[in-house]
Amino acid sequence: MNISVTVNGKPYQRDVEPRTLLVYFLREALGLTGTHVGCDTSSCGVCVVVLDGDRAVKSCTMFAAMADGHEITTVEGLVQGGKLHPLQQAFWDCHGLQCGYCTPGMLMTSYALLKHQPNPDEPAIREALSGNLCRCTGYQNIVKAVQQAAAETNAPAPEPVAT
Amino acid sequence: MFPAPFEYHRATSIDETLALLAKHGGDARVLAGGQSLIPAMRFRLARPAVLVDINALHELSYLREEGGMLAIGAMTRDAALETSALIASKYPLLADTSALVADPVVRQSGTVVGSLCHNDPAGDWGVTALAGRAQIVIRNASGTRTVAIDDFLVDSFTTAVGEGELALEVRFPTPPPRTAGSYQKIERKVGDFATASAAARITLDADGAITGAGVAIGAAGPHAMRVRDAEQLLQGAKPTKELIRAAADAARALADPVADNRGSVEFKKDMAGVLVGRALIAAIGRLGVEGLR
Ligand SMILES: Cc1cc2nc3c(=O)[nH]c(=O)nc-3n(C[C@H](O)[C@H](O)[C@H](O)COP(=O)(O)OP(=O)(O)OC[C@H]3O[C@@H](n4cnc5c(N)ncnc54)[C@H](O)[C@@H]3O)c2cc1C
Ligand code: FES
Ligand code: FES
Repeated sequence: MNISVTVNGKPYQRDVEPRTLLVYFLREALGLTGTHVGCDTSSCGVCVVVLDGDRAVKSCTMFAAMADGHEITTVEGLVQGGKLHPLQQAFWDCHGLQCGYCTPGMLMTSYALLKHQPNPDEPAIREALSGNLCRCTGYQNIVKAVQQAAAETNAPAPEPVAT
Repeated sequence: MFPAPFEYHRATSIDETLALLAKHGGDARVLAGGQSLIPAMRFRLARPAVLVDINALHELSYLREEGGMLAIGAMTRDAALETSALIASKYPLLADTSALVADPVVRQSGTVVGSLCHNDPAGDWGVTALAGRAQIVIRNASGTRTVAIDDFLVDSFTTAVGEGELALEVRFPTPPPRTAGSYQKIERKVGDFATASAAARITLDADGAITGAGVAIGAAGPHAMRVRDAEQLLQGAKPTKELIRAAADAARALADPVADNRGSVEFKKDMAGVLVGRALIAAIGRLGVEGLR
């Protein structure tokens, strides 16, 4: 079947088998390998992408066909104009990653969280990320990174500098 | 593993869904959140030839009170209950459950009705539906019927939904005044199915006597089970520590779990009792009656 999706703002049309899982469509048909595959059984959260702007989904547990006509944001879509997204910058600043395998899923789950709750407290962040596994960091710095990103996103924009 | 090949249909209306289900009969399955069906297909435990995707049926995504009932549509996802002010204020039993099903990402896809239709022996919603006296509205090409949850849960992974049928919504009676509930679950980690679980719903009268009681347990039999002996003990009585202990023992006696890597039969039977006790104490505590622990 033929599907049309918008991924990171860019429209794509592809033929897929109905049984193609979204994560393999993104990685193999579109070459967007930022979204990882871990458990491949909907348990680890590394494959999370964002559907229609604010819904985190495990792309190993969704058919590409179900995304037909929808918008998907992957980790590749976070950078804007060559500038890291505040979440990405905060993960860097706070050492929110070590091997980086879980990071795309952590970023996209957090991205959806901040869309619903721009100012989550620490328990809310821990709760929201509780389905995303990380084998390296012990989670502390991931939580700190999301807190920093939330604080920055909510901070009033700096006054434009007069020239 | 990849699922076996299938034909995909995206339904655009309830009538179209019913027509597709009628046409394909036993070969077709409804695809809601996909959080149980897709894993089952990947493990080749399910091999439907046709999937009818109902995700585009936005008219089935609602939480509304009507005629003394809360209706939850077939496309209402767990996350909608978790974040609903109505659920938080009036339906504590449902609020508890919606925050304990699976993990937060799965809850952004999985639906309450899909979970009931899946009828996993360790699933959460069946337990809550029994304690809350829910009903399920089922439609096929020739009409609509309403089935009490006790008759809906037929056997493990089997419900009253037949070939060619769509579950439209689940309804919970709006709790009368001085009613509260609680859902309790032991899990090995977030996102795990229950090792044991229990739901309780209690109504008190002005004198503090119990005028309504719903008690159910999960992961303790082929599907969620109502603990009728506990309900009978509670009905008409005043809550005391002894009463709660007796209700918990009724759950222990009823529980018939299987041993697995979540625990032994002995442990799970005991936990069924422990959790019924905790659920009753929490529900009654929400009505301002303390000192039962
Ligand atoms: C990692 C993980 C952890 C989980 N942990 C838990 C847990 O702790 N507790 C728990 O209870 N569940 C758990 N689940 C299951 C999850 O809650 C599912 O979302 C839910 O059981 C099914 O809902 P769904 O909308 O995804 O249904 P689907 O997977 O789409 O469908 C499930 C079944 O119901 C049928 N169906 C669905 N909707 C209808 C309808 N309207 N009419 C007729 N038939 C229908 C389908 O054909 C299918 O047979 C977990 C799932 C995952 C992936
Ligand atoms: S790869 Fe999807 S949840 Fe692990
Ligand atoms: S940084 Fe290695 S798994 Fe999280």
